[in-house]
Amino acid sequence: MMRYEDGYTARLLDAASAVLERSRSEVMEDIGTFIVSNSNFEAVRRLLRFGGIDFVDFLHSLDDLDERVQLAVAELRLPKIKLRSHTNRHFSLLCDASLPGYGHVMMGVLRAMADDYGALALLEHTGQACGQEVVSIRLVENDFTEGRDFDLGACAG
Amino acid sequence: MNPLTDTQALDVLCPMHLVMDASGRITHPGPTLVKMRPGQELKGKQFLDLFEVKRPHAILSMRDFRGIAPQKLHLKLRDAPHTALKGIMVQAGGDTDQIIVNLRFGISIVDGVRDFALTNADFAATDLAIEMLYLVEAKTAAMEASYRLNTRLQGAKIAAEEQAYTDTLTGLKNRRALNTVLNRLIEARSSFAVMHIDLDYLKTVNDTLGHAAGDHVLQTVARIMVDETRAQDLVARVGGDEFTVVLPDVRSEDILRRVGKRIIERLEEPMPYQGSDCRISASIGTVWIQSGDTPTLEDLLSDADVALYASKNAGRATQTLYTPELRDAANAVVPPGKDADRSA
Repeated sequence: MMRYEDGYTARLLDAASAVLERSRSEVMEDIGTFIVSNSNFEAVRRLLRFGGIDFVDFLHSLDDLDERVQLAVAELRLPKIKLRSHTNRHFSLLCDASLPGYGHVMMGVLRAMADDYGALALLEHTGQACGQEVVSIRLVENDFTEGRDFDLGACAG
Repeated sequence: MNPLTDTQALDVLCPMHLVMDASGRITHPGPTLVKMRPGQELKGKQFLDLFEVKRPHAILSMRDFRGIAPQKLHLKLRDAPHTALKGIMVQAGGDTDQIIVNLRFGISIVDGVRDFALTNADFAATDLAIEMLYLVEAKTAAMEASYRLNTRLQGAKIAAEEQAYTDTLTGLKNRRALNTVLNRLIEARSSFAVMHIDLDYLKTVNDTLGHAAGDHVLQTVARIMVDETRAQDLVARVGGDEFTVVLPDVRSEDILRRVGKRIIERLEEPMPYQGSDCRISASIGTVWIQSGDTPTLEDLLSDADVALYASKNAGRATQTLYTPELRDAANAVVPPGKDADRSA
C-alpha cells in the first residue's frame, strides 16, 4: 500500500530473476499465479471471482479489470487489457505493453483462475506487436472439474 | 394486457418479488424470496404475517394500503434473521385486484447474502448487488492492507525513536531521553530524585589500558547501574563519563543514600579486562524533588551539579544530597567576580 517509483518494478524483477536464476517472463508468470492462488492473498482471488460465474464469463470481465481495481485502490493503475473472442472457445487477451511482461503476469493469473473455476484452457504468450502483448487462450473445457468454492457471502461481513 | 399471466417474466426481471391479492394473500412468491424462506410454503400465506411494515407507518392491515399511490416500503422479516428489506408496491392494474411487491436488500445485502446463501443467479441481471458486494470486499481488503502497513510503519517509528533515545555503546538512554522524562515528571509535579554520577579515574583506564578497556568499563558501569536500580528508574549516559539516574517515587532520603552507596561500592570493585583489573570510582550529586515542587529543568540539573561538585570536593567516592546551603557555599568560593558583586 505504499507508492514506489515505476523504475523499481523493472529493477526488482531483474534482481529476482538473477537470484532465482529464472527468466524474467517466468518470474512474472509466477507472480501472477502466486497472487491468485496463495492463501495469504485470498482476497484477490475472491475479488476476481466476482467478475463472472464461470471462466468464460470471467474472461469477459477482464475488460473492466483496471477500473475495478481502481475502485478498490484509487491509486493502483494496472495496464489496460482487452479480450477479443475469435470463436466461443478461442480468445486473445491484448495487454497494453506499458509494463513489459504484463502479458506473462496475466498468463499466471489466467492459469490459476482457470484452475479455480475448474476450466481447462491452453494458454500461450504469442509475443508482442503494436505495443501490445498477446496471450492466446484456447478453452478445452469450461466445466472440466468442480473448481474451488465461491460463496458470495463468505468474506463479506 | 395482464402482466400476471406470465410470472416467468417477473421471476427473471425481479426474482425478489411477490404477487398477492387485495386481501394480502400471497399468490406467487419470486424464486429468491422462496430461497430466503426455505421449508416454508409462501403461497397462500398472508403478506403481513411474513413481513413487518416499518414504513409507511401505521400499516396494520391490508385495508390500510387500499387506494394509496405506489408506495416505497421498508419491511422486516418477522422470523429470524429479521432481515431488513426495501421495496415498492404497485397495483397490477387492468381488471385484476392483484398487487405486486418487488423487494431488494438495502445495506443489509452483506448479511443477506450470507444468511440465505445467495448466488449471482438469485439477483436480477440488472441488479447492482454483486458490484456492491465486490466493493464491500474490495474496501475491506484495501483497508486491511493499509492497516497492516500502518502497523509496520508504527513499529519502525517506535524502533527509530527508541534508537534516537539510546546511547549506542551502553544501551542506556541518552540525554535526549533524559530531558523528555524529566520534563514529563516536572510537568506532572511528581516526586522524584535525580542522581548525577560522575566516574573518577576513567581517563586513567583509557590512558593505560586503551579505549577498548574504557569502553568495557563503561558497559560494565551501565550494567551495574541498571542492576542497582528499579525497573521504573531511568539510567542515562549523558556524557563521556557522566551518568544520570532518575528515580520516581522515592520514599526517604535514606533509600537514596543506600542506592548511591551501593552503586559506588560496586563501581569500585575491580573490573577485569584481558588479564588486567580496571579500577574506577564515582562521585554522586543527588537532588530530591518533592511532589508539588516546580523546578525548571535547568535549575534541577544545576542543583545536581552543585551537589556533585560538593562530593568531588569532599574527596570523591561519596554522595551528596543537594541543599540550598551547598549552592551558597559554592558561590562563596567560585567565581570570585560574582562574589564581589554580591557583597557590594
